[in-house]
Amino acid sequence: MKHCIFYISLILLTLLGGTSCRHDDVIFIPEHVQVAEPTYSAVTGFYLLNEGNMGMNKCTLDYYDYASGVYTRNIYGAANPSVPKELGDVGNDIAIYGSRLYAVINASNKVEVMRASDATRIGQIEIANCRRIAFKDGYAYVTSYAGPIVIDPEYKQRGYVAKIDTATMQVVDKCLVGYQPDGIAIAENRIYVANSGGYMVPNYENTISVIDLASFTELKREVIDINLENVIADSRGRLWISSRGDYEKVKSRLFCYDLRKERLEAAYDIPVGQMTLCGDSLYIVSNAYSNITQETTTSFALFDIEKCAKVSDMFITDGTNERFSRPYSVNVNPLTKEIFVSDAKNYVTPGTLYCFSPQGVCLWSVRTGDIPAHIVFTGDISY
Amino acid sequence: MASLLRKILPFIAALPLVAAAQTDVDDAALDSVLQLSEVKVVAARVPYSTVIPAQKLGGKALEALNVHSVADAIRYFAGVQIKDYGGVGGVKTIDVRSMGTNHLGVFYDGIQLGNAQNGQIDLGKYSLDNIDRIELYNGQKSDIFQPARDFGSAGTVYIYTRTPQFTIDKRDNFRAIFRTGSFGVVNPSLLWEHRFNDRVSMSVNAEYTYATGRYKFRYRKMFSDGTVAWDTTATRRNGDINALRAEAALFGRIDNGRWQWKAYFYNSERGIPGAIVNNVWKNSQRQWDTNFFTQGLFRKDFSSVYSLQVKAKYARDYMHYNNPDTTLMYIDNRFWQNELYLTAANRFKILPGWEANVAVDYQWNTLDADLVNFAEPTRHTLLTAFATAFQWQGFKAQASVLGTFVSDRTVNAAGQQTNNRHYFTPAVFVSYQPVSSELFFLRAFYKRIFRMPTFNDLYYTDIGNANLRPEYATQYNIGAQYDREFDSSFLRSLGVSIDGYYNLVTDKIIAVPKGNGQYRWMMMNIGKVKIRGVDVAANAVMALPADISLRTRLTYTYQRALDYTDPSDCGDGGSYKGMIPYIPQHSGSVAASALWRNTEIDYSFIYVGERYHSSANIPANYEQPWYTHDLAASYSFRLNRCALRLTLEVNNLLDQHYDVIRNYPMPGRNYKAIVKFDF
Repeated sequence: MKHCIFYISLILLTLLGGTSCRHDDVIFIPEHVQVAEPTYSAVTGFYLLNEGNMGMNKCTLDYYDYASGVYTRNIYGAANPSVPKELGDVGNDIAIYGSRLYAVINASNKVEVMRASDATRIGQIEIANCRRIAFKDGYAYVTSYAGPIVIDPEYKQRGYVAKIDTATMQVVDKCLVGYQPDGIAIAENRIYVANSGGYMVPNYENTISVIDLASFTELKREVIDINLENVIADSRGRLWISSRGDYEKVKSRLFCYDLRKERLEAAYDIPVGQMTLCGDSLYIVSNAYSNITQETTTSFALFDIEKCAKVSDMFITDGTNERFSRPYSVNVNPLTKEIFVSDAKNYVTPGTLYCFSPQGVCLWSVRTGDIPAHIVFTGDISY
Repeated sequence: MASLLRKILPFIAALPLVAAAQTDVDDAALDSVLQLSEVKVVAARVPYSTVIPAQKLGGKALEALNVHSVADAIRYFAGVQIKDYGGVGGVKTIDVRSMGTNHLGVFYDGIQLGNAQNGQIDLGKYSLDNIDRIELYNGQKSDIFQPARDFGSAGTVYIYTRTPQFTIDKRDNFRAIFRTGSFGVVNPSLLWEHRFNDRVSMSVNAEYTYATGRYKFRYRKMFSDGTVAWDTTATRRNGDINALRAEAALFGRIDNGRWQWKAYFYNSERGIPGAIVNNVWKNSQRQWDTNFFTQGLFRKDFSSVYSLQVKAKYARDYMHYNNPDTTLMYIDNRFWQNELYLTAANRFKILPGWEANVAVDYQWNTLDADLVNFAEPTRHTLLTAFATAFQWQGFKAQASVLGTFVSDRTVNAAGQQTNNRHYFTPAVFVSYQPVSSELFFLRAFYKRIFRMPTFNDLYYTDIGNANLRPEYATQYNIGAQYDREFDSSFLRSLGVSIDGYYNLVTDKIIAVPKGNGQYRWMMMNIGKVKIRGVDVAANAVMALPADISLRTRLTYTYQRALDYTDPSDCGDGGSYKGMIPYIPQHSGSVAASALWRNTEIDYSFIYVGERYHSSANIPANYEQPWYTHDLAASYSFRLNRCALRLTLEVNNLLDQHYDVIRNYPMPGRNYKAIVKFDF
């Protein structure tokens, strides 16, 4: 009988031993973190888009408000509680045009359109495997990997640029470009698209596509280097293009393309993960993995586009760079010149966003979502 | 052992004759247990042939769980977590004591199932249709007379298919089963067993499974005041399966030994339902598998001193994966694997109570694929095990050393490369029975073992890392077990076991992001996990009034499996000392079956506590607990010479909508009907 008692008490122990029941899934309540003193400026804050890993549906949106100095994590759910499965899977780009906030959600095959003031959803634009966004004269232009399929004899699928009327949120036209187009920039009535060919390893693409804005047709391709990613137009009639390399022998590099001469001006041995232009300063972060050393090399470079020379290998001056495992994005407040650099760490745990003074001293840092990657400033950013 | 056999022999004679009566010590012991319990010989004292016995599910207890794959049955063992992607054809892998699925060795009729490509065995593919019993050993099966392979995993599952048994007047047994129900399941199977003579018998078994795999799933979020924010119900698609399994086996008995040969064939096409994310409610990936193996074993006691067992296997596997989704990267890849395995184990009974085993295994694996720049790896593995066992009064001990010699050959642009490595790993198992009249045992083990990086870890185009080292698991375990049968009219038998353990996984192979491009990963030896846990298992048989007999099983697992990989990633939202993904602190199961004359009611319950899907244990990464109640009723009767059994099941009775893996919804309440003929 004493065994019986033991047995019964064992059952009770199990049932009571700290186990818990299922409860309702509640809309995520945004987390507020006071990171800095309140400051008032024309640039009122920024949105940060966390990519999240594919299949996790963990693309999240954070907001920093200068006026309160509060960083708020994961605001989309509370702002849009009626949207099933929230913002989506893998955020690839974010931008503000007019009064609207646009988030390119790659694996959810859509561009989410929200109010820029509070991230309230307005609607969505369906674009399969969409990557980056740019705007001009009332139209949004989005690159996509998912163009028509060709089987001759290999399976091939070209990418395209979708032209979207921002008033109606409808795709009004498509222009075929190269394979797996990523970065997009608009300058002097032309659209420039960086073709990566990232699905075609080891036969990467090596061109940018040049599209005439008026006729929305591809004019030509310019050969730059393999696996192109980012493209930024400056105010001096040049494009700054970066390549990813092949992770083996061909390294990631930076290129300068002259729009008037229509030719490649220079190539620089600076690895680029993400880059941002502020005035004549091009800030570049990268985490380059080497198969040979089996190590990730982080870099935080500052490049002067007027002098066409690297100013510094390290724009962080207080040693905070030691805390980075994978610097993933860089953005600069156009007014205060504060530098924001994100660390994506191991991609499966939350990242960190660091704010640096223009002199490269860490002012604050905050936990973000998974893979903090894209920032857009709010307020008056016409500086 | 002999005296035991003598004791039970009269009972065996009175019961259905075991034609292929095995001289195999552990098998015989098991059969005896079954026979004994049927005639209720309360005084039986069955010594364990292993130092630490397995968790076992077999016969009626297995049938009473009403589950259909090996993976679903293993959930009822303590210390086990399942990764279940949902549906009839969904992948189900098993993780024992949180060391990772690659540390689990799965043996099918005595020989390990291999997958040199990714090291993972999808136990959802193995139907319980012809399974006689399943055993789970932590550390290893602590019976020294076994091949070197059996010493080579951190945890081991043995799956045994049915051995033909004939009543004295029968030469043939036939069994036909038909199952149908939710998910559009149509699942017939046939079994034929034939006795050629007293020494040789055979069995042939085939099973076909078709399912549309469709089921309703529901996601819902609420406001904190309890009102609904959004509530979506949709149908799971692309979870269909079309599979054929066929097996044939020969069983033979020789003087002081036995032999067995079998062939296994499996062919399937299935949809891969994929993750449900915003704006994506269905996927279109497909997978085709063809698996074939043939294996044989021979075992004989040549003298009172020397015994030999020899096993051999050849396996060929083909896998075709296709992603036709034009919104994603198009993939159409085919993989071919070959495996050849030979082993000889030699046991020497040196003195009474002292024996030793020397085993040598050789294994050859190849992987080929139609990928660009594929390394076409070939692996030769030589395993040698030396083990010794010692028994004195109530004290039993076993020590073993495994030597592993691995040679990989690959082809790349630079030409052929060869990579040789070797490792030695020990294990010690002890148990002590303080009172010889009571089946109360104290036990402990220590084992250090590793898992080799798989071909994918090492050589997969772009993500593989040829410099990987093995991933080590070191285990420490102490525990106790008590079994007793009673004369009382209420409680007939009781068994309780409890084990506490500490496991350390070092050089854990994990994917880390590489370079500045997106979604490029590299495998590296950087993980470190410490696991502390307690496993409890109990079972009891009770005789209730009105001729009802009640059989119950209970397991409970407490685990703290913490990520020690990156000490710098600590504090707010850091992964350091966080619970590793998908491992709950509390989990457990209850199974009960009541038998009244020809009617049986079975109930089973699985509980998995709250978890996180990332080592960063923050609210954003929280996963809810889940638990399912399953209920089944069976009625058995005879129709002329035919025994019939009808079963109706309701699974997930309370219609809980849950994910085991984030964004992979599991089915709600579902039904199944089964008709079984034996003649």
